[in-house]
Amino acid sequence: MVTTEIKLNPNTKKLSLIGFSGDFDKLVAFFTLATGAAAVGYEVNLFFTFWGLDGIKIKQGRSPMGNGFLTKVFGVFMGGLKSAPVSRLNFGGISPKIFRYMMRKNNVATLEELVEAAKVLNINFYACEMAMQILGIQKTDLIPEVKDVIGVASFLKIADGGQTLFI
Amino acid sequence: MANYKLDITKEHCPMTFVKTKIELSKLKSGDTLEVLLTDGEPLENVPRSSTEQGFKVLSINEANVKGTHTVVFQK
Repeated sequence: MVTTEIKLNPNTKKLSLIGFSGDFDKLVAFFTLATGAAAVGYEVNLFFTFWGLDGIKIKQGRSPMGNGFLTKVFGVFMGGLKSAPVSRLNFGGISPKIFRYMMRKNNVATLEELVEAAKVLNINFYACEMAMQILGIQKTDLIPEVKDVIGVASFLKIADGGQTLFI
Repeated sequence: MANYKLDITKEHCPMTFVKTKIELSKLKSGDTLEVLLTDGEPLENVPRSSTEQGFKVLSINEANVKGTHTVVFQK
């Protein structure tokens, strides 16, 4: 993995994305926009909430989370990056596998490659405190690139002065 | 001063930009990076976005394979 330090110009434009969906296809769109923007010089801030948190869990498969029965059940059903379903025509989880095959075959970056690129590009990852509380997710359950666990007010402050999209 | 090369002709958006950005970020003052890229979006936007980030475009030339170009950037 490349570990180059990428410094931002102080006049950089800003893009902030709210990652609500844990769907494979929406996560691909989310990370494509994020990495593309960072690569052309934007400051990029990613705020993961609810199902979007699946994209930044350390355990990428299905795994129980938290201490309560319900949070554990949710953790297993939600899963992580590797078990993300597509938003349409999922066919019991076969479609994401077909998508990954087609992406590799056409030399298009896979979801995992896009996430790795986002880390290399020093994109800012934030996790939603409220959603983590409900779902029993701890900061230690998330990838170490997550800069902070924040609420709406902090996110709005971070996103201020740039463009914001909800995916 | 060092001269580097990068081939992004087989890449697609956003990796055309991502790989160029990562390689450009390794350059020291005076170093150059020669990027081999295809017509269309990469040729239109990779030089533009890189100059916006403070890199100089020294040259843009047609490459041997039809539809490809070499762009030389300098920090």
